[in-house]
Amino acid sequence: MTRALINVPAKAKRGEVIEIKTLISHPMEPGYRADNTGVLMPRDIITDFICKYNDEEIFRAELFPAIAANPFFLFSTIATESGTITFEWTGDNGFSAAESVTITVE
Amino acid sequence: MSDKDHMNDEEQLPNAPRRRFLIHAVAGGIGLAAIAATGPARATPATMRAAMKNVVGEASLRKGKVTLDLPPLIENGNTVPLTVSVDSPMTAADHVKAIHVFNEKNPQPNVVSIRLGPRAGKASVATRIRLADSQKIIAVAEMSDGSFWSDEVEVVVTLAACLEGSVP
Repeated sequence: MTRALINVPAKAKRGEVIEIKTLISHPMEPGYRADNTGVLMPRDIITDFICKYNDEEIFRAELFPAIAANPFFLFSTIATESGTITFEWTGDNGFSAAESVTITVE
Repeated sequence: MSDKDHMNDEEQLPNAPRRRFLIHAVAGGIGLAAIAATGPARATPATMRAAMKNVVGEASLRKGKVTLDLPPLIENGNTVPLTVSVDSPMTAADHVKAIHVFNEKNPQPNVVSIRLGPRAGKASVATRIRLADSQKIIAVAEMSDGSFWSDEVEVVVTLAACLEGSVP
């Protein structure tokens, strides 16, 4: 089971710039390494990460094999209104994961 | 997989990759970058420029506004913290549309492409990357007015991300 860690403040003042940290467990096998028998291991990476704030896209990343295992992203957004921030990861071999957090804006 | 495991893998492989590993090690030791770059499927400064051209197109790429922050000496190339900050007010009229990171010597020239906008509030992002060798890293920011700005950093990697012997 994929585990994702999300760090978003639960409360923020309206207009405040908040930091969002995300980390998801994934090997990010780059496709250039051999296993113990010398056979090349096929690529298996997360290719896309999207963050939406109340269904509006605020951050998107296209990942390449040069992203380290367990992809981590730190970015920011303006706390505009209370609601839900969603996170979606998709990748090779049909990989798909999603998380969401709620935020209260005062 | 840890780098220690990787070294064990190396010993079980046929001779050719081991030889390549030795050549690489020696070349790295005496600084013959040209030989070190002859491994399989490596990006080169030329392929990096081609990848950058895909992003920048015919626009001019100017230095400045972007700050690429990486440790100058990297002990473990498997996970390298990277921060890109861009000097921008991040308003609807003047903001950063995208940040792209490129490298010279990993198997592929692209590292990550990020899209953001005025909702970000500030133009600063961080992630963790892999580096296969000591090399130059370039960050390119695409602004809402269509201009492109960049920053580059030379890094020394003492323990490369697992790549050697990748093709038996």
